[in-house]
Amino acid sequence: MAAVRPEEGTLISRAQAIATLLELLTDQPVVICNGFPSREVHKIADRPTHFYMIGSMGNAAAIALGVALAKPNKQVVTFDGDGNVLMGMGTLATVGALRPKNFIHVVFDNEVYGTTGNQPTISNMVPLDKVAKSAGYVNVERVLDRDDLAYEFKDMLKKEGPSLLLIKVNEFAEDAGRVEHDPPDITRRFMKAIEG
Amino acid sequence: MIDSDVFVQALQDVGVNFFTGVPDSILGGIIAELMIRGAYVPAVREDEAVGMAAGAYMAGRAPAVLMQNSGLGTCLNTLISLNLIYRQPCLMLVSWRGHGGHDAPEHQVMGEIMPQLLDTVRIPYRALTEKTAVEDIRWVAETARKRQIPAVLILTKGVVKGWQP
Repeated sequence: MAAVRPEEGTLISRAQAIATLLELLTDQPVVICNGFPSREVHKIADRPTHFYMIGSMGNAAAIALGVALAKPNKQVVTFDGDGNVLMGMGTLATVGALRPKNFIHVVFDNEVYGTTGNQPTISNMVPLDKVAKSAGYVNVERVLDRDDLAYEFKDMLKKEGPSLLLIKVNEFAEDAGRVEHDPPDITRRFMKAIEG
Repeated sequence: MIDSDVFVQALQDVGVNFFTGVPDSILGGIIAELMIRGAYVPAVREDEAVGMAAGAYMAGRAPAVLMQNSGLGTCLNTLISLNLIYRQPCLMLVSWRGHGGHDAPEHQVMGEIMPQLLDTVRIPYRALTEKTAVEDIRWVAETARKRQIPAVLILTKGVVKGWQP
């Protein structure tokens, strides 16, 4: 049996974190990584400003970066996971080098590949917030509970980025079905919602 | 041989307004020209470049991604599970390393199989020639836009002025 992490009992779930973040967001484009994060966001609040990535693991931050660079006057958010960040870790460097002021990177870090059965990632040994800070993200915070999460995210929405908020979450996954929209509809809906 | 500034201008003339990618010597002159024009966003991996281009497309831009054909291997999953599935166009400028077998060993396999690989994943492509350049550029831009998928313009050595022409 896998060892229980010391803080496991006190951490919030990713779905609780998502609900808190979505309450603070209005019309900002949000690019959500594949797997449970997209399914949970879709279940909690399905907004046209959401781009649900279902494949292309590791590319959520790159897609969000493309939106941010093309729309410098719009704040762009990505909801990412530790497995995704590790897979596309070079994008932390690209963001750090380009320093888009309108880029907010949220990472739900549960230290496992949840969608495929909780195989461990290596984020328990590699602090991704410190990697982002070293890469050149301007504001970086690591939070463990809902109050700190809400406080820090509100603060990041007011600041110039790039910012990264790493949220330690437990392994619990919400009972959420697959994203029901067809991918081409997700593209069209998202494009229309972020126009202008 | 086509001058890099003429080639870049032709791409901008068909509406391309977001350039990213990973360098290759064959593409060196084009990238240098794009940098002079302040129009190039450097990526660290080809899948990241394709992802960025997808984001830029959804934000209203017409993107192009530059890469060596080895990068096709790196970004293949992004092309098929993002662009093809979500119907997102992407103009790709891919240099043909290993063309005709005359290149370093690491380019031999991809150099030989690239056309079959693109056929297999059903991504349309055409090789740029100096004579047909204007038509080739128009074709790749229109194919990507009309079919809402990636389309590839293949660049062999010496057609556009490279880093060491």
